[in-house]
Amino acid sequence: MDTAMIEARGLKRTYKAKGKSIEAVRGVDLSVRAGEIVGFLGPNGAGKTTTLKMLCTLLEPTGGTAVVAGHDLRGDPVGVRRAIGYVSQAGSTAPEARAGEEIVSHAKLYGIDPKTAEARARKLLADLDLADVWDRTCGSLSGGQRRRLDIVMGLIHEPKLVFLDEPSTGLDPQSRANLWTHIRKLRDEMGTTVFITTHYMDEADSLSDRILIIDQGQIVAEGTPAELKKRVSGDTITLTLRRAEDATEAAGVAGMLPGADVPVTDGHIVRFHVPDGGSALPVVLAEFTKAGIEAIGVEVNRPTLDDVFLTLTGRSLRE
Amino acid sequence: MTFFSDTWTVFTRAMRLSLRQPMWVAIGVLQPILYLTLFGPLLVPLANAPGFPPGDAWTVFVPGLLVQLGIFGGAFVGFGIIAEWRSGVIDRELVSPASRVALITGRVLRDVVVLVVQAIILIVCALFFGLRVPVGAAVLGIIMIGLLGAAFSYFSYSAGLAMKSEDAFAPLVNMVSLPILLLSGILLPMSLAPQWLQLLSDVNPFKHIVNAVRALFRGEVGTFEVGLGLVLALVLIALGAWAGKRVFELQTK
Repeated sequence: MDTAMIEARGLKRTYKAKGKSIEAVRGVDLSVRAGEIVGFLGPNGAGKTTTLKMLCTLLEPTGGTAVVAGHDLRGDPVGVRRAIGYVSQAGSTAPEARAGEEIVSHAKLYGIDPKTAEARARKLLADLDLADVWDRTCGSLSGGQRRRLDIVMGLIHEPKLVFLDEPSTGLDPQSRANLWTHIRKLRDEMGTTVFITTHYMDEADSLSDRILIIDQGQIVAEGTPAELKKRVSGDTITLTLRRAEDATEAAGVAGMLPGADVPVTDGHIVRFHVPDGGSALPVVLAEFTKAGIEAIGVEVNRPTLDDVFLTLTGRSLRE
Repeated sequence: MTFFSDTWTVFTRAMRLSLRQPMWVAIGVLQPILYLTLFGPLLVPLANAPGFPPGDAWTVFVPGLLVQLGIFGGAFVGFGIIAEWRSGVIDRELVSPASRVALITGRVLRDVVVLVVQAIILIVCALFFGLRVPVGAAVLGIIMIGLLGAAFSYFSYSAGLAMKSEDAFAPLVNMVSLPILLLSGILLPMSLAPQWLQLLSDVNPFKHIVNAVRALFRGEVGTFEVGLGLVLALVLIALGAWAGKRVFELQTK
């Protein structure tokens, strides 16, 4: 399974607003292999949705080329549309329509006969824990149910490639975890290639085989979650001291550790990075005891993708 | 051909959703009856006034009401497509291989069916008030109203989807439909109007459509008036369909 599912070169999108042109996406190159789950990560306004909409034929690129699911984006948009599924963050169903009818009607636009559509839809709904929603109106479903219904709509024609745009936005933690399980199953059981945009680090981290990070309309990094985290210098140790007066001395002690960077102090708190937090911590605490410094809280954090983003762009994702 | 099957798919979905709103169905049916009962009787004594066109009050009034039904039935449908766009339905359909024109035509077809049902109810009720019209003429009249309504639906969907805001769309509909309504002699015939107002109304295509339906109701089928109305209705629908196609295509530009 090493065939390319998406090959985009120099994909660009420029908007014209009030005589000025705004470059939303400024030349994106990306490759996705069949059977991969690729996370597309970036802060709000980085160009994630614009890129996604271009790859889905919902927005014409102003520059560049792309082959999606074996079809040229410009030359054969209908071919692309047949092969892909798209789950928008805006939803896909009318609130007053019944779930089952909405799915079957959507399937008919792909030339699927109603019987096949209903059989597939009932199976997909059951797989996504929505077995009893067939006759319910879409507006009466909970946020999580409605999002899963959107996914069923996007999968009804059994696409080889599915685009999920911020699928877990607005969901409670339990629904999110549930959704992730379903997304993994898509790939593991049906071999579907998944391209998922998110601005949640944990989501990209736990779901993706590979992550692309986009910032200000350009891809700034690419790799597996582990590879990307290696780019950040090790673990973060955060110490809370009983007395703020000890902070300077504590920072001096911590800075002496092999491989440590320059500690940052903030009131009672001292924070620094070391290659291996687990083995460094006992050493620091022993030195503190010798120096008469008392730490009342310690925390060791493995690097997150948020740290990666911060390292790469100088800005936090949460900003 | 995918255009026809896609149109049918979009039409059946839209029709089902309309029928699920019993309140709207009831209002849609009640509206023409209210006009007939609360406004029609005012016209009866006017029918003998000088300048009133040939035919009795009902042959003049009912075609006007039908055209009004067509204009207003079609003009407001754009609100619906803004809501559909907001709920993601339009993007979901655009990302499917469906024909772009079918996506709008299916919806227009639903509006035409609703309109034709309303028109039939209106004519049947008017028969009780004293309207006398040959069946063939009534059928032709309804077809013409259907064409007119379709043209308005196309325009309304195009404008709604292009604007994507109810706040911008509502004043547009009012701004466009009010002069059209007043200058087409729907409620009172333009032959009662002073010269300048008549000239102004002559350039309003909808006046000619109203006149064509009135002529039909008087039993004059093969006249120039009827031909002109029909041609204008066909031109409008072609323009509307073209605009609709453009707007749907522009969604992905």
